[in-house]
Amino acid sequence: MNVIINGKEQKTTYQTAFQVRDSIGNPDDIVILNGFQINQDSPLAENDILSIIRKGVMPDEEELESMMMARHTPYVHQRIKKGKVAIAGLGGLGSNIAVMLARIGVGHLFLVDFDIVEPSNLNRQSYYVRHLGMPKTAALKEQLEEINPFITVETRVAKISEENVKELFEGYDVICEAFDKPDAKAMLVNTALEQLPYCKIVSGSGMAGYDSSNLIQTRRPMKQLYVCGDLENEAKVGRGLMAPRVQICAGHQANMILRLLLGQEEV
Amino acid sequence: MKVNGTVERLKKDQTLYDYLTLKNFDLTKIAVECNGNIVPKADYKNVILKEEDTLEIVRFVGGG
Repeated sequence: MNVIINGKEQKTTYQTAFQVRDSIGNPDDIVILNGFQINQDSPLAENDILSIIRKGVMPDEEELESMMMARHTPYVHQRIKKGKVAIAGLGGLGSNIAVMLARIGVGHLFLVDFDIVEPSNLNRQSYYVRHLGMPKTAALKEQLEEINPFITVETRVAKISEENVKELFEGYDVICEAFDKPDAKAMLVNTALEQLPYCKIVSGSGMAGYDSSNLIQTRRPMKQLYVCGDLENEAKVGRGLMAPRVQICAGHQANMILRLLLGQEEV
Repeated sequence: MKVNGTVERLKKDQTLYDYLTLKNFDLTKIAVECNGNIVPKADYKNVILKEEDTLEIVRFVGGG
């Protein structure tokens, strides 16, 4: 039968996953069958996707990509690798969303921000002390290349305005609005809805403080617009932005983007 | 008129701009759809609201 083993399609006469593992590796190798790590042997079927991973050993490039994506549901990776997502703003939302999208293997990410990393970013944004003073675009791209070298990461140091939204984001499947300031959020959403009618927008609104996690939701108020957050808790004097709720909101946005790339339009 | 899913009584001869300012919306922080179409900011004063209209008003708050 035909089975995909570590990313390569091959004919095998072995009948079970562990037989394949024993033929090419060791008994303590990790075995992932169709997206799930198995501890008990399982029979193989036509077109199964099998990864056999030896801990601590650096595989070659082709094997590495298939092993990294082995926990995905079968055939999901091929679809999200074709995805093109633009992230506007690389703060607490945008930096964490970019890391998640890189981990799942979204094939083309476009990162836009005008700012540099500064100390007050580190309480919630995906940067390290060594990034202080660097443009956020460069600091984030450096991390994404270490997380997943098999995706394309494009960056632009730019301030986004009504004048350049169309030029920057035309042709992207999804625009992720990840700004801090509410008027900037509204500007991007309005301009994209007017000028890029085929783009979906996934926005964040209301995630400051340490109110209940469960108030943060994904909504679809308009056909092309999704809004994640609690819609109420703004950052202000006396209510700061903190990693947990910002990352919960970032997770909502990243999952909605993933769903859209897989053709799921409902929240 | 339906606003964000709730039926509201509409006073006559009101523009979208009148409605939004009466309701104290900060026009720089919202996006408005009327009957499924985004209303460009420049058109707020030209759109006359009607009983059968459906408005969706999204208000953005700061933080990210």
